[in-house]
Amino acid sequence: MGCGGFADTRAMDTMTLTANTTVNSNSSPNTNVNSNSAGKDAGALAEQARRVAAFGLQDRLFKAVTFSFAALVMLALAGILASLLIKAWPTLEAYGLSFLVGTRWAPNEDVYGAVIAIYGTLVTSGIALALAVPLSFGIAVFLTETCPTWLRQPLGTAIELLAGVPSIIFGFWGLFVFAPIFQEYVQPLLAATRLPLFSGPPLGIGILTASVILALMIIPFIASVMRDVFQTVPPVLKESAYGLGCTTWEVVRNIVLPYTRVGVVGGIMLGLGRALGETMAVTFVIGNANRLATSLFAPGNSIASTLANEFAEAAPGLHVSSLFALGLVLFLITFVVLAAAKWLIQSGERAAGTK
Amino acid sequence: MSSIYLRRKIADKLALVLSLMAVVLGVSALLWILWTLFSNGLAALTLNFFTQSTPAPGTEGGGMANAIVGSILMVGLATLISTPVGILAGIYLAEYGDRSKFASMTRFVLDVMLSAPSIVVGLFVYALAVATLRHFSGWAGTLALALIAVPVIVRTTENMLRLVPGSLREAAFALGAPRWKVAIVVTLRAVRGGVVTGVLLALARITGETAPLLFTALNNQFFSLNMSGPMANLPVVIYNFAMSPYENWQSLAWGGAALIALVVLAINIAARVAFSDKVQA
Repeated sequence: MGCGGFADTRAMDTMTLTANTTVNSNSSPNTNVNSNSAGKDAGALAEQARRVAAFGLQDRLFKAVTFSFAALVMLALAGILASLLIKAWPTLEAYGLSFLVGTRWAPNEDVYGAVIAIYGTLVTSGIALALAVPLSFGIAVFLTETCPTWLRQPLGTAIELLAGVPSIIFGFWGLFVFAPIFQEYVQPLLAATRLPLFSGPPLGIGILTASVILALMIIPFIASVMRDVFQTVPPVLKESAYGLGCTTWEVVRNIVLPYTRVGVVGGIMLGLGRALGETMAVTFVIGNANRLATSLFAPGNSIASTLANEFAEAAPGLHVSSLFALGLVLFLITFVVLAAAKWLIQSGERAAGTK
Repeated sequence: MSSIYLRRKIADKLALVLSLMAVVLGVSALLWILWTLFSNGLAALTLNFFTQSTPAPGTEGGGMANAIVGSILMVGLATLISTPVGILAGIYLAEYGDRSKFASMTRFVLDVMLSAPSIVVGLFVYALAVATLRHFSGWAGTLALALIAVPVIVRTTENMLRLVPGSLREAAFALGAPRWKVAIVVTLRAVRGGVVTGVLLALARITGETAPLLFTALNNQFFSLNMSGPMANLPVVIYNFAMSPYENWQSLAWGGAALIALVVLAINIAARVAFSDKVQA
């Protein structure tokens, strides 16, 4: 194990100081046999017993303190669920499950249905994933198989650093730089296909733009997860395949992918979880219109962007409550996706024998 | 060369070329983002940017001093709150939570919260602290940020502590050390570089968080150190200014975005350095 070497010697010194007293008092009955040693021993033993008892108490206290902080985390999740439920209750009571299928969201008429926001969330995340997965896969394959060794480390680090760039940066860039370029050069090309998906005026902002920005945001994330799982493949497996005359692509397809399939899917699901809950990257560029449109050029709204736009100014009553209900729906969707991802990654680890 | 070899070779080259294209496309798009950000934003980072408060709509000049101070206050306090909580909970999971059902449930909950939508955390804090007290406040923003930072710190602390070889713990136990002393003086100290990394990663994460602040700390046009009132903060100001029609506001937003990106990248790099120190020591 590579970490045994940095055991802090100063830490061990303090330990020995504590331990010395114990060792001395233990050895004294054998070495010092004089008349008044019995009294001394009794004193030392009592002292030792007191210390040990104190240690026991301190340990129980320490365990209780650390436990309570761990419990605090559980409490926070319970609190999130409970507060969402309580605050969403008026809406759930008024609409019941029909909230989930209501296609109108009109705060000025006090009519609320979740379909527009759910549709926006699912479609943007879905397209983002469709764009990001092949690209991330390519990046991960390059990083683990074909990249020259000297480039591997810096490129990998760069990808990881980009995964840490805050989403507001992506949204901001999307609004000011990407949307105008997208409107001028890409949307006319797509409109030329005459598909109903790409109909309507090219506004620059809209559901498709939001999807592309989301994809850019999750690429570094998915790519670094994929690279990590690809690296768990035992070199001997790959070397055997190369030894049999496989090409790099055949090794990736027949050895690496089957071996890491579960982990790869788990990583994709984690990326999906991120995309579903992403607020800022979407809010800037989705257009924020509460309309249901079949065209991907049209502005729309996702759950998170609706919340970001309307919450601070929402009228108390059904509006706020409906926003909380949207939050609850979002939380449940991401919860299911994340739980599935975690389960997949764990069973992948078990199959790979790394855990 | 027979056709099957040729076909395999072509498939191989095609796949590799596609993967190289993915790299070029992905990396160049991301570099493009950073480049436009810095080329447009760094010009806005003048002295005024750091010393003056946000300007009124449609006026010239001004800076982001109130937002910068607000962000530092909230992010700093959130880190101060979440670090001890996260480390202690991490110690529990690593030292006591081996076979306990509670610990594995906590781990699951942490993983969920680690990637839960941050805007939902904002909703929770709104219900908890804003709706009950009937006003937006810097404290509410701090609480939301702390809630996002805690899972990051707990998980890295736990993972780091698990790297400590069992023999180190056993040696300390054999010397008669109580469990809490082993945890704090021996194991935690052995991995302090990794724990610092976790704290820095959490710091980097909450520095750029916008969504949970939108309706907890809200915004404040004026310079304010009052944590009990609405408080300006960089991400929300950037968002509001970017969506506004005023040119001066938009250029300030560019500066703010560049500043945040710089700070977050710097913290991330610092986290990596702290981590590699740990490995070498």
